[in-house]
Amino acid sequence: MDDAGYVIAAYGVIVGGLGLYTVTLWRRLRAARDRDDEAR
Amino acid sequence: MKTRVLGIAALVAVLVTVYVALAIVPPDRNQGDAQRIMYPHVASAWLAYLSFGVTALSGIAWLWKRDLRFDALALAGAEIGVMFTAFAIWGGMMWGDPVWGVMWQWEDPRLTTTALLLALYVGYLLLRRLTDDPERRATRAAIVGVVAAVDIPIVHFSVEWWRGLHQTATIGSPDRILDPAAPMAFVGTLLGMLGAFTLAWLYLMIRRYQLARAEMRNEESARRVTLRRARTAEAAQ
Repeated sequence: MDDAGYVIAAYGVIVGGLGLYTVTLWRRLRAARDRDDEAR
Repeated sequence: MKTRVLGIAALVAVLVTVYVALAIVPPDRNQGDAQRIMYPHVASAWLAYLSFGVTALSGIAWLWKRDLRFDALALAGAEIGVMFTAFAIWGGMMWGDPVWGVMWQWEDPRLTTTALLLALYVGYLLLRRLTDDPERRATRAAIVGVVAAVDIPIVHFSVEWWRGLHQTATIGSPDRILDPAAPMAFVGTLLGMLGAFTLAWLYLMIRRYQLARAEMRNEESARRVTLRRARTAEAAQ
């Protein structure tokens, strides 16, 4: 593959970033819901 | 449950389209494998527009209806839009270096207006942290979200209005995307990745909206506790 470094860097950051954001979002959502349940 | 199914469908769709884009579709005759970056780059740019569009429309809806659910939706759009704008810029830089010979050029209108769009919505997210009053925060954010959205058509049409390094629009240009001379493998992969990323966007928007609503409820609970303590202290004096 030509320019493999560029292709890997592009896909790695975009797909990896999507995955990382999703996992972070799950954790934030769980923490917020736990606090919400405690308050009730 | 439905949201979980949507998330699984989005994950499968993204993985399949990434595999097709990297391993199945042939490289471009002129640009070689670097052209493979076009698929997630264009999909990210499209979702950045869509996200900020949701933020602007939700901001207008908040100003009109005064319902904080619209503010939660606006926040979801802004945060996810910032992420997709950063992906679009990063993909463009990785594609630009081997094809143009430079990663970035400030003289290019598309690049500069996209950087401005990113800065405007990062500012939107920072602005939201300036006050704890939910209604004041929603109103300020709505105004900034609507004003910043003026940059979306400027970004999109910048390649038509001014000269620069960037090619003319792909999305919104039927002549280009439906050109019979364009290999179906390229067009199909682009449309497939647009669909897969849009599914992922929808899933993330739902989850981010749920997070915003849970945070709003937590803020409200904390405010009630503070108020109760203040009243108890006042009564004890």
